[in-house]
Amino acid sequence: MNIDLPGFSDPVHDAQACFRAVLDAMSRPGTVRAAGAGLLPPAPLAPATAAVLLTLVDGETPLGMAPLFQPAADWISFHCGALVPADAGRAAFVLATALPDLSMAAQGSDDRPEDSATIILQVASLAGPSRFRLAGPGIQSHAILAVGGLPADFVARWARNQRLFPRGVDLILCAGDRLAALPRGIRVSEV
Amino acid sequence: MAYVAVKGGERAIDNAHAWLAEARRGDPAVAEIGVDQIEAQLGRAIDRVMAEGSLHDRGLAALAIKQAQGDLIEAAFLLRAYRTTLPRFAASAPLDTEAMQVRRRISAVFKDLPGGQVLGPTTDYTHRLLDFALAAEGIAPPRAPRADVTDETIPSVNAILAHEGLIERDAGSSGEEPADLTREPLAFPAGRDVRLQALARGDEGFLLALGYSTQRGWGGTHPFVGELRVGEVGVEIVPPELGFAIDIGDVSLTECQMVNQFAGSRSVKPQFTRGYGLVFGHAERKAMSMALVDRAMRAAELGEDATAPAQNIEFVLYHCDNIEATGFVEHLKLPHYVDFQSELETVRRMRADADAAAIREAAE
Amino acid sequence: MNVASGYNFAYLDEQTKRMIRRAILKAVAIPGHQVPFGSREMPLPYGWGTGGIQVTAAVLGRDDVLKVIDQGADDTTNAVSIRRFFARTAGVATTTHTAEATVIQTRHRIPETALRQDQIIVYQVPQPEPLSRLEPSREETRRMHALADYGLMHVKLYEDITRFGHVSISYDYPVMVDGRYLMAPSPIPAFDNPKMDRMAALQLFGAGREKRIYAVPPYTSVRSLDFDDHEFRASRAPHACLLCGATDSYLDEVVIDDQGGRMFVCSDTDHCEGRRDGT
Repeated sequence: MNIDLPGFSDPVHDAQACFRAVLDAMSRPGTVRAAGAGLLPPAPLAPATAAVLLTLVDGETPLGMAPLFQPAADWISFHCGALVPADAGRAAFVLATALPDLSMAAQGSDDRPEDSATIILQVASLAGPSRFRLAGPGIQSHAILAVGGLPADFVARWARNQRLFPRGVDLILCAGDRLAALPRGIRVSEV
Repeated sequence: MAYVAVKGGERAIDNAHAWLAEARRGDPAVAEIGVDQIEAQLGRAIDRVMAEGSLHDRGLAALAIKQAQGDLIEAAFLLRAYRTTLPRFAASAPLDTEAMQVRRRISAVFKDLPGGQVLGPTTDYTHRLLDFALAAEGIAPPRAPRADVTDETIPSVNAILAHEGLIERDAGSSGEEPADLTREPLAFPAGRDVRLQALARGDEGFLLALGYSTQRGWGGTHPFVGELRVGEVGVEIVPPELGFAIDIGDVSLTECQMVNQFAGSRSVKPQFTRGYGLVFGHAERKAMSMALVDRAMRAAELGEDATAPAQNIEFVLYHCDNIEATGFVEHLKLPHYVDFQSELETVRRMRADADAAAIREAAE
Repeated sequence: MNVASGYNFAYLDEQTKRMIRRAILKAVAIPGHQVPFGSREMPLPYGWGTGGIQVTAAVLGRDDVLKVIDQGADDTTNAVSIRRFFARTAGVATTTHTAEATVIQTRHRIPETALRQDQIIVYQVPQPEPLSRLEPSREETRRMHALADYGLMHVKLYEDITRFGHVSISYDYPVMVDGRYLMAPSPIPAFDNPKMDRMAALQLFGAGREKRIYAVPPYTSVRSLDFDDHEFRASRAPHACLLCGATDSYLDEVVIDDQGGRMFVCSDTDHCEGRRDGT
């Protein structure tokens, strides 16, 4: 059991700080923000990934989880208040280290596009080596997302998701104690 | 950075609150009313505040009534705001109203029936003459005759009618958790669980008027009071660590089973359908109105025309909550001078345009 | 627990904040779309800003500096009341200066001072559905948004132009967000609409009674509906502020006698004071 490992040392204010980091990242795609510094979650959770879970996931949000994260399930369950496992199609949040098939996750409907999954993707790095050009709401002229650990065909797979707008999934990218986000409406191209 | 005081407004608010407190207390030469007195002697006000405040707690309802100077909608609002902050420990098992400790139970559709007609503490047959003896305090009322408490379950009229297949059966449980509109906002189509929850919390006056409108032809449903019962029902929860039900206390409830004629359809033989009302406390007017409106909102489901206000589910559900309604109506008191200014400019411009047009016409 | 003992930081419990935060993130991801949320009963009445208060409570942190305005002013009674609510329940610093604030909650105005990218503006919204006066059924308007079927609104505006020569809507003037969603900007005067377009700050909208949250991310296109031959025009009273002389700010008309006497002063009190102080 790894529930002995602590969660947020100050649950109210740490969750608020992490939420603001996610909000800022989601509002300004390409922006990288600090999250979860000081957290010591069980492997394989990175501090930022753990912080996002503690901030957004609870007993009301079915969580789809890649098997790789099973060793951290008890910790998530304990510190998030509950863990409601769900298959990819019903999950509000999907936790993964490899980009899952986006079309298998909940996309929302035309009249309830918010009923869509948020994918929390733990990646190798938010400093490269891949670089993507971003355009869309939240971006003043252009933005660059530098990331390591996305599949080679990411641009094409994301474009299929983006074309579904207003339906589609949103992505939170976590690496170490940093995070970035890609909301569904953002257009991504190779630099 | 310190808290920045802002001129004017703060002192005005403080002064208003001080005046309000003084007005609430009234003439200090008159004894202050006790919360216990409100709880013991203004029971129907307590019941209404508990129902519309969506919180079964007589003591807190009494406090809210005192604080609100007897404004029952304001008192219900105080309870609602308080209940929002309460943690949820458990959800109760479904209440068994057949097992109600009945204080009052009547049926309008049978002269007599198992369990009998029990009038209970009703005003139905009082002559509405002001009782000046009540003004002269200190006169104890005559002692009401006592009867023995029975443990017998009083069967519901529905069970009696069901024997002949004359009435639609209980929907039974779908197995799904009932929706809770205090956690999830209304969405349409709204299931009967959501509708009944909204009505149970809804404004008594609004439901009364809508129920009344169905009787006058705006969505007529040929209603009969199958049964009206008032009394106490035990509440049970099943703690997961125990795995069996434990009794956590009683709630006072009024339940109304309204029976309505139904001509039948291609798939269903003619039979009686039901409208259902269930309200905290002793609240017959509310429970009956609720049952009428519940049945009216089933019009579409039963293949009837749905054209009257009471049959329009979205209209009823969005407007039955008096806390929402009073907030939005009363918010018109807040300053709107920025919007009014923009309207002033627009109206001035339209008047100038109209004047210019009139001059042009006269010149032509 | 915080200053007002017995309640959580910023009043709402953490479970409720998480629910609101999730709704806010979805709202940001779908600019202009109204996200339903489990709005709670607040200790202030519906209509007094319960939606804005819940959004602010979910966003606010210890280090934030909060400004609250109503009708553009910090000293209107409801602005005072809401500022006090957060000073009591969250103990955050408050300010009247737009430039010092990190979070600005507003009713009916956007400050004259351009907002920056490190700021968030939270609008109190009485009626989030821009089509509500044309189609009262939310089941129906939801369908219209799903199909981006806004013909009803275009017809209404066109009828106005035919009848009056211009659009007769002077506040809560409908906007298109990023070319997809028709959105109610809340009852700000149409004068303020252009400030929403490509604003550097994140714009969040809370409607408590109607239980909806929506958002406009920074630098997002917000276009007031108009026609090629009848372009949207922001109007204001054609006067200068009597106090600071501004000729480009939104003005309040103040009645000074019963003989028709009027004076015009800035509605944004902080902006006006700043101009007079020379800051």
